[in-house]
This record gives sequence, C-alpha cells and structure tokens, in this order.
Amino acid sequence: MTAAVFFGCAFIAFGPALALYIFTIATEPLRVIFLIIGKASEGLKSINPDETAPSMRLLAYVSGLGFGIMSGVFAFVNTLSDSLGPGTVGIHGDSPQFFLNSAFMTLVIILLHVFWGIIFFDGCEKKKWSALLVVLLTHLLVSALTFISPHYGINLVSTYIIMVLMGIWAFFVAGGSCRSLKFCLLCQDKDFLLFNQRSR
Amino acid sequence: MIFPSRDFKVLSGFSSDLEARGVLCSPEPGTPQGRAMLTFMASDSEEEVCDERTSLMSAESPPPRCCQEARQGLEDGENAAQWRSQDSEEDLDDADRYVCSGVPGQPLGLEEELTLKYGAKHVIMLFVPVTLCMIVVVATIKSVRFYTEKNGQLPYGAGREQSLQPAISLSIYTPFTEDTPSVGQRLLNSVLNTLIMISVIVAMTIFLVVLYKYRCYKFIHGWLIMSSLMLLFLFTYIYLGEVLKTYNVAMDYPTLFLTVWNFGAVGMVCIHWKGPLVLQQAYLIMISALMALVFIKYLPEWSAWVILGAISVYDLVAVLCPKGPLRMLVETAQERNEPIFPALIYSSAMVWTVGMAKLDPSSQGALQLPYDPEMEDSYDSFGEPSYPEVFEPPLPGSPEGELEEEEERGVKLGLGDFIFYSVLVGKAAATGSGDWNTTLACFVAILIGLCLTLLLLAVFKKALPALPISITFGLIFYFSTDNLVRPFMDTLASHQLYI
Repeated sequence: MTAAVFFGCAFIAFGPALALYIFTIATEPLRVIFLIIGKASEGLKSINPDETAPSMRLLAYVSGLGFGIMSGVFAFVNTLSDSLGPGTVGIHGDSPQFFLNSAFMTLVIILLHVFWGIIFFDGCEKKKWSALLVVLLTHLLVSALTFISPHYGINLVSTYIIMVLMGIWAFFVAGGSCRSLKFCLLCQDKDFLLFNQRSR
Repeated sequence: MIFPSRDFKVLSGFSSDLEARGVLCSPEPGTPQGRAMLTFMASDSEEEVCDERTSLMSAESPPPRCCQEARQGLEDGENAAQWRSQDSEEDLDDADRYVCSGVPGQPLGLEEELTLKYGAKHVIMLFVPVTLCMIVVVATIKSVRFYTEKNGQLPYGAGREQSLQPAISLSIYTPFTEDTPSVGQRLLNSVLNTLIMISVIVAMTIFLVVLYKYRCYKFIHGWLIMSSLMLLFLFTYIYLGEVLKTYNVAMDYPTLFLTVWNFGAVGMVCIHWKGPLVLQQAYLIMISALMALVFIKYLPEWSAWVILGAISVYDLVAVLCPKGPLRMLVETAQERNEPIFPALIYSSAMVWTVGMAKLDPSSQGALQLPYDPEMEDSYDSFGEPSYPEVFEPPLPGSPEGELEEEEERGVKLGLGDFIFYSVLVGKAAATGSGDWNTTLACFVAILIGLCLTLLLLAVFKKALPALPISITFGLIFYFSTDNLVRPFMDTLASHQLYI
C-alpha cells in the first residue's frame, strides 16, 4: 500500500491503453470525439454511404478502446485510490496479490474490449452472425472466469489466452495478413513509411 | 458563451484592400452562415461572393501564397481555416473525412465535411482547457480538506478572517439554512436559496446590459478590474494558505507577499492588457478554478444542485429568447461591431493588436474589458451563452500599419461555463464517499454535452448557451451513478468480479 504499488498497478492496468490513445488517437481530433461519444456508430453509418470500410474499422477501433477504457477505469479506479491509503492487504485471509491481480485483469479487459469492438463491428457489417455470437460468448466466459477469483492462476492465464486469440482474429479481420505483418516488423512497409513522412 | 465571431472589427479600407487581392470572399449568401456574416461586415465594399468550393479550388495554389494572404488578415476566417486545414491534413486518413459528412444518399458535401472537421478541431481546443480546469478543482478538493469543510469548522489561525468574508457574503445570497429537521423543509429552503441567487444574477445581468447599452464603458471597466483584483489577490492568498497548511509547508510572509504579488500583477496584465496567449489562458483557467472552489465551499449542499439546474434554464432563456439579456448584449455588440468583452472569455486563438488607428477609444475599452469574477453576476451574464469565435490570425507586420484588429482564429467559451462545469464535477468529487466513478462519469457527461453543443453550433451558427446540455447530462449522470452504479461497482471491485 505504497506509492510504488499505486503507480505500478496504475501503469500495468492503463499503460497500454494510454499508449494506444497517445499514438493513435490524440493527434486526430475527430477520433477523440468518437472516443467520447462512442455510441454514435449507427448514426454515422447511415450518413456514410460511400466509403465504408476503412472508416468503419477506425470507428470500431476507437469505440472498442473507448468502451475498454471506461470499463477498466470504472472497475479499477476506486481500488487504485484505496491502494494509496493505509492498510494491510489480505488481512482477512484474502490473497496479498489483490492489487496486482486486479491490475492485470483490468489490462486484459481493456485489450479484449478493443479486439471485441473490431470483430463485432465487422460482424455487423458483413452480417456474420457467428462472429457476434462468439464475441458475446467469450465476453460471458471471461466474466464467468472471474467468479473463481481466489484462484488467480486459472483465471488470469485463460483470460490472457482468450485475449491473444481474439487479438489474432481482430488482426485478420482488420485486414492484416502475415505478409503485411512481416513488412511491418522488418520496416519494409513502404506505405506506412511514406505516410509518416508526409504527416511531418 | 460560444460565438461564431467573424469580422466584428474589420474596417472598410482593410476589406477593400483584401478584396482587391481577390482574397476576400464570404460564403454564398444562401447559406445561413453567409447571411449572418454579411450583416456583420463593416466594409462598404462589395463582398466578392465565393463559396467554400471555389475557395477550395484556389487552395491548390502553393501554400506560401495562402499563408501570406492569411497573414494579411483574411476577413473570411473559415476559408482560411479550410485552406490551412487542407494543407496540413491532406495526408491524413481520407476515410476520416468521409465518416461524418453529407446527407444520406447525396454526394459528399464538402462544406459539411469541412465544417465538421474544422469543428472537430475546435471541440478539442475546448476539451483541453475545460479538462484542465476540472482537474485543478478535483485535485484541490481531494487533497485540501478546507474546501470540503462546512462553515462551522473553519480552520484556526490567521486565515479565519479572510475565510469568513466569502462565507458571509455568500450567505447573504443563500440565507435559508439547510440544517432543518425534515427533508421537505430542506428542499424548500434550497429552492428559496436558488430563487434568491438567480434573481440576483438576473438583476446584475440586466444592470450590466443596461450599462453596456448606454455606453458606460468606464464603469464596467472599473467594476471588472475591481473584481479581478479581488480574485487574483485575495482568493489566491487564501488558496495558497490552505494548500501550504495541507502539506505542512512553512512559508514566511515576505516570500508569500512576493509570490502573491507577482502572480496577481502578471495576471492583471495578461488578462486586461496584453500578454502571451498561453499565459492568459492559464490565468483564466486558474481564476475559473478558484471561483468554482469558492462556490463549492460556500454554497449549501442541496442549494448547489438546484442552483446548477436553475442556471442552465436561465442560460437557455437568456440566450435564446428575443428579449433575453444576453441575446440583447450580443446583438448590441454586433451592431456596434465591437467584440464582446474578450477578457471575460477564454479564447484559444492567437491575439495580436498591432495598431489601433481607426478604432474609437470606446471600443478599445470594450476590447480589453477584464474578467469579472465578482461572485455570480457578471460571468453569468457573459459566461453563460457560448459561441465558438472564429477569427483570423492577424498580420504582425502589415505594410499599412493600419487597423490590424486582431482576428483570432479559434474558439471562445465564456468563463462562467468553465466555472459551472467545474462546480458540478467538484461537487461530485466532494460529496458522498469520495467516489471516483461518480466524478469520472460527470466529467465524461460534461464533455459529451460540450461536444453536442459545439455540433449544434456548427449547425445553427449563432449564439448558443453552453450550459444546458452539459449540466443536464452531468446532473443525470451524477445522481444515477451515485445511487445506482456506485454500490454495484463497489461490490464488484471488492470481489474482483469483472463484467
């Protein structure tokens, strides 16, 4: 219950989300607005008949991130503020790793929301009802897994596995492919480099 | 108050000069925006009519020309803004501009698209200061106990006299106590307090509008200077004292005097005269936060919530009704081609004044009217309605050295709006169990309201009140989160259940 715990857990839980926000959203005002207004998706879809694919993906990503951040924040911020105050963790027999576990769980929930958002929007657009069903079921599964909360091992590991699977699925849904991944990692992606060049 | 300012101050010679360069153009008279703009222009020259489309075509010309023209003080802010945004944003994701423009089934409306994109930038330019003000207020509330203590528990020591003064003056406005045995009585008292407060505000606003109408600029000027003196010196001294007490830091009187003196003097200069824009913005945010803290401390609990609700209704009425005082103020200012007390309004733009050759001294005074922090009256009158002002950046080195009124480009929001937003979020942070979920929910609600207000503004293009939508959302979110969501989330978090 020290400042170290506070900052450590805060960055574990919200670091990646903050990084995603800073690098992909903060520079573009329209996306920030999407983040705040989140549910404008249907309305925006209706006024956008021509160019749908890229913008919908962007909207899906931003919505997912928005929902994820709100959900993570609401779940974790009170716990975080309690961690600054005096106290002993686990004095009544609970696990002493309460804060760490909550932080990791929050992180995985945020990332899962991002991936679910992308998959869900895509499923809605292409009318792939199976995708919607899988998203719903995995969400329920992840929540149900948290019911066995004292057994952190099973809880966290399986949730992270689900997150990785969802991440891979979202990557392919969003238009990525093994080839583009290879280009990206080897810094051979010309479009990306040119894009960065121009924006400077 | 958010307003679309354009060319209140451009002089005739200037505009004809611009026109000669083929730069001056206004949106087509058919558009509501064009109609509104045309009435404001002081120029006697014929406005060259060109709509956004043609201006966009000419924007393909090399950037230096655009920049130069812009620097020469374009009259039509929006075109310049679009040019600049065109230049800087070509490489952005094209998809973005397609997302929210146009009408279903019709081809992409360039005008709407650009309005939206331009509007989005302004929305962000307002999010940042509003967020900063709220952060300052919430941080102070959470750490400095003074601002959540009720009047009965004043701290001991030298601070007592100063702390008593605002309490006494504010209790004049809210004389009915809330320490009553029954709920009904308490509710009645808070409603009565609200009625008194609102009538004071209305009276002050009408007084101010009357003064403005009869051109008593010196009186207004003096009044505002007195108020900002009090805010910048007295309230800062109290605030600093409380913060030092909280963190148990000792500071001797000479250092304190030096600090407060410098802070206050630079603040007066920045707000009432000239100064770097960022510094002026920072000072306006700080005084809004100080004022909000005073409100949070000295208004009784239930009265504060009822007052927030009543103020938004008043704002709506005052700005939109034809005989509303604020609307009359705005219209009078427009008729006289004067800016509306710029110092009372947060502006996120660049402001230069190069020379004041042709402006009459009275409008000069109006241009630099300082912020009036005096309790509830003035900023409510100026603070309430909001328009995003869209000016042009002026030209620092103009060859003529004439007018050069600055035209700022950016958005303006009245300080009263900042104050009441911060009061709402601060009260959400102060009351109850100190729950962060409630505070965050109110914060998001206010930002959503602000976004929607700016959207409406882009649609209607006239003065709009900034308070009603945000405060309504804020109140709804506060009460529902505090009573419904908080117990639920508390249980979930304590058992580490995630939904």
